[in-house]
Amino acid sequence: MPPLSWYLYVSAALFALGLFGMMTRRNSIAMLMSIELMLNAANINLVAFSAYLRGHTMVGQMFALFVIALAAAEAAIGLAIVINIYRTVKHIDADEINLMKW
Amino acid sequence: MEITGYNVAFIAIAAMTVTSAIFVVTLPNILRSALFLMFTFIGVAGLYVLANAEILAAMQLLIYVGAITVLILFAIVLTQQLMGARITQTSRNIVLGGVAAIAVFAFIATTFVSHFSKGSDMIAAQPAVPTSDPLLMIAKMLIQPYVLPFELASFILLVAMVGAIVIAKEDKD
Amino acid sequence: MPEIVIFLLIKLVMTIVIFALWMTMVPFMIWLERKVIADIQIRIGPNRVGPFGLLQPIADALKLIMKEDITPAKADKLIYPIAPALLMVPALLAIAVIPIGGMVTIGERSFTLQIMGEYRGPNGFFVPELDAGILLSLALSSLGVYGVVLAGWSSANKYSLLGGMRSSAQMLSYELPLGVALVGPLLLASSLRLNEVVNAQSNFGIWFIIPQFVGFIIFLMSGTAEVNRAPFDLPEAEQELIGGYHTEYSSFRFAMFFMAEYLNMVTISALAVTFFLGGYRLFTDIVWLQPIWFALKLMLFLYLFVWIRGTWPRVRYDQLMALGWKVSLPLALVNLAITAIVLAYVPKRAVLVLTITSIVLITIAYYGSSYNIRRSTDMTARSGYARRHLPESEETRI
Repeated sequence: MPPLSWYLYVSAALFALGLFGMMTRRNSIAMLMSIELMLNAANINLVAFSAYLRGHTMVGQMFALFVIALAAAEAAIGLAIVINIYRTVKHIDADEINLMKW
Repeated sequence: MEITGYNVAFIAIAAMTVTSAIFVVTLPNILRSALFLMFTFIGVAGLYVLANAEILAAMQLLIYVGAITVLILFAIVLTQQLMGARITQTSRNIVLGGVAAIAVFAFIATTFVSHFSKGSDMIAAQPAVPTSDPLLMIAKMLIQPYVLPFELASFILLVAMVGAIVIAKEDKD
Repeated sequence: MPEIVIFLLIKLVMTIVIFALWMTMVPFMIWLERKVIADIQIRIGPNRVGPFGLLQPIADALKLIMKEDITPAKADKLIYPIAPALLMVPALLAIAVIPIGGMVTIGERSFTLQIMGEYRGPNGFFVPELDAGILLSLALSSLGVYGVVLAGWSSANKYSLLGGMRSSAQMLSYELPLGVALVGPLLLASSLRLNEVVNAQSNFGIWFIIPQFVGFIIFLMSGTAEVNRAPFDLPEAEQELIGGYHTEYSSFRFAMFFMAEYLNMVTISALAVTFFLGGYRLFTDIVWLQPIWFALKLMLFLYLFVWIRGTWPRVRYDQLMALGWKVSLPLALVNLAITAIVLAYVPKRAVLVLTITSIVLITIAYYGSSYNIRRSTDMTARSGYARRHLPESEETRI
């Protein structure tokens, strides 16, 4: 059985990669994808602790479930905003979207 | 570290997850990034299975892989100039981002993870096997202690649904 | 030999057998479809290759494999070749949770005829059935969207792209009613394990098609839409899209699309049999006959799919979306609410009450939805205008 720390390393790696993507990517959709990576990293942590922490079975899974629900809401809203921006300015480069009104 | 089936499976799945995540944030073709995002999510579901959370793994497959990534693919296809002309994307601040990412990983690994790496009376050496039907446990927790967050989550999903429709709807005038 | 090796061997044999059942169903289905459609259209159908044309699917497959595998010059070199596999793999994996027979006992070992099923060996060796069986199956069926949308995009062809987009929108919309329709039987069985659902139907003494008739109808409808079959076969509408998302594919990759579609159809039928038609149980409890009952019910269902294709015209895209979001989903939710309320308050007479409510509900839904769809689609022959102003005749009737 893998020990708890392995899960935490994987989760830390995913989180760092999400951060990297968030900082380097300029495409709004790619940034959203990076956010999803970071949320997944948090979820791995929650699930791992719920499995390894004595006397607290399932609590972490509960939270991971809520995180998944929120991520779904976030993706829906975020992508709707991206599509709306694309309609207005014909691109989705986050650096170039600097006008409040077109 | 001993070589057991679980350990080998964990390493294989974790390697797949992290490698695809690297592809997600580095590939220039955004559609391929999305494809590798799917593989990352599948890998995370595999990790859940190894942590005795099969139901959550199924949820991960159903929601993340089956819905969110498909939504992202959809958005990519809708917003790029089609037929591959503008499917590439640029990355900026690669050095800065890389340094920050490595710093964050090192920080988490040295402080947080090392704190939990040795066994203690709080941390078990093996993932706990659910004592009763895990589905029943999740259901009971959703109805008794977590009923308020549950209702709030449903409310947020409703708001998000309405909001997404309103935002993405084309103005007719 | 250690127990784990025997366990894996038994599971391997079982996987091969169940896989073989599915893989024989696919060519059988292709033959059945061509024969039955031909019969409906007063033709003869395939009758040259083998007795009754039974070997026609094999000839078709050989013909496809012999053809040249063409990749369009502008296609994405990574995604284009793997898209058919992305459709095929989930279709194959979804087989794993479906039980084709009950508990078999050989010596001191007993197991269910289900790839991810229960297994008891000597000395307390015990592998339980997968908890989230149906969730896994639904999740895998939702993975098929990738193959379709990526095939459409990577072909670099606007018809393919349109087909892919249509198809993914359709599959995403119909996933919801498909899942919600299954919750009613799950509530009655109070388990997510497919084997328990089958057992619950024999405990209740009634197939769930009777108390959950609404759920069955919705499942049938959204299952047809989910596997892109007529009358919901818009993604591959030959007349509008020159084939749809697989326009550019040829040779074996095209065959894979074709096979994945039929595999998905068999899986959806198997789910319907398990949830609504009593699964592998019929008449007797002799275990070795149960796969045969299962296969018979499966064929009945596959025939139903062909029958539907032969008799219904293709729906329009807006009608398809209206049917999915405005009819199926609310109806499935109402059915779920009614089932939950009945089970909470009159658990003793649940089956009787649910049968009555489902009859009432389906009547209301039929008239309500046909009124709604007629009102919203004034291009059909029997629109509001036609009903008010044209004389009733055979031509204006749908």
